[in-house]
Amino acid sequence: MILPLTLEDVAYASGGQPIIRGVSLAIEAGPSTIILGANGAGKSVLMRLMHGLLAPTAGVIRWRESGARRCQAMVFQRPVMLRRSALANVTYALELAGVPAAERERQALAALEEVGLGQLAARPARVLSGGEQQRLALARAWALHPEVLFLDEPTANLDPGATREIESVIRAFDAAGTKIVMATHNLGQARRLGDEVIYLHGGRVLERAAIGQFFARPSSAEAAAFIKGEVPWT
Amino acid sequence: MGAIGEGLQRVFQLDAELWRIVALSLEVSLSAVLLATALGLPLGALLAVKRFAGRRGVIVVLNALMGLPPVVVGLLIYLLLSRAGPLGALGLLFTPGAMVLAQTVLVLPIIAALARQALEDAWREYEEQLRSLGAEGVSAALTLIWDARFSLVTAVLAGLGRAAAEVGAVMIVGGNIDGVTRVMTTAIALETSKGDLPLALGLGFVLIAIVLALNAAAQLVRDAAQRRFG
Repeated sequence: MILPLTLEDVAYASGGQPIIRGVSLAIEAGPSTIILGANGAGKSVLMRLMHGLLAPTAGVIRWRESGARRCQAMVFQRPVMLRRSALANVTYALELAGVPAAERERQALAALEEVGLGQLAARPARVLSGGEQQRLALARAWALHPEVLFLDEPTANLDPGATREIESVIRAFDAAGTKIVMATHNLGQARRLGDEVIYLHGGRVLERAAIGQFFARPSSAEAAAFIKGEVPWT
Repeated sequence: MGAIGEGLQRVFQLDAELWRIVALSLEVSLSAVLLATALGLPLGALLAVKRFAGRRGVIVVLNALMGLPPVVVGLLIYLLLSRAGPLGALGLLFTPGAMVLAQTVLVLPIIAALARQALEDAWREYEEQLRSLGAEGVSAALTLIWDARFSLVTAVLAGLGRAAAEVGAVMIVGGNIDGVTRVMTTAIALETSKGDLPLALGLGFVLIAIVLALNAAAQLVRDAAQRRFG
């Protein structure tokens, strides 16, 4: 078990511009965590800090166990597919994860079946549709059996049908015991998939609450405005 | 127009001798490009993926080396391979081996610099995903080379164009010895200086046709592969 993940006074600045300011959090196993916030609130950067793609400029990020790298996966807003078949994209990830060669194809096929892409295993990944590519990204993550799955606005570029498919796969991850940490600015999606909300504003955590409570009684004016769809500068 | 027709006619009258020259040209240039590709792609990938002190400087130098004058490279390799030079014992001077070496040095910066650019663009797209999956360093570089293989064809073709077209380096280290180190470009230079302009022109057209055919073939392969893999 690599969770909980703790952030102590974490800050991140890029080119002198503060993006995350003094965030302290504990991410525990169990509830699906939604990171909500407007564009530019720092959601993506916070997820990248947690996942280890960025190093904080100040503060400490600590997993319960060392070597946590291998027990997490991340799905990005725009899936990056290698120029090879859908199946090979998954076996590539398994190879990097140290899965023996004889095992890879079977596990990869199972993951593709899980997201409904079994039929398309032999297709070149880059000619798949946007929704299929995102499901392939989820299959790649599924094959790794991560303890934690980070999702950075995974449906921001997708139509409603594809979004529904992605959400059902995310639910399957949750049902299989994977901790979900997802950034989104889609309130409906947050309600459908989340158990708790971390509300980010200007690089700070303004609020953390159970999903129902957050939407019913947000404790900050900014969050209330965000929920109502008001623009923050009026 | 008449001169071109006559030249081409003369070229094809050369038959055996001509084909020997064409074959040696291809052998030397393709070997050099092969060697330069084997060295240049990893070098380009390393520069694209690794961040280290002095990286910008290395890239500037590499880009500048794309414009290396062939005669200067020829001279340096000549000094290196001449009997009194550090590699004189190899006895390579005035052999096709020396020509391959000179062209490799000439082409390596072109392939490495163009590959670096193409791979850096790809890395910008892939970096987060690959690092998330745990691919770093050599493993990431190899993935990148394989995935950018269609764009890298252009880098290799640029190198091939340079190798096939240059005359200065092969002239100095090869010596344009009839039947041993004479290639298309040195033969053209020789016939021009002898005043046999039609033959020189004819040889020139054959050279252009060969380069054109190689590029067309590479383009076809690239297009087909790109349609297939997206």
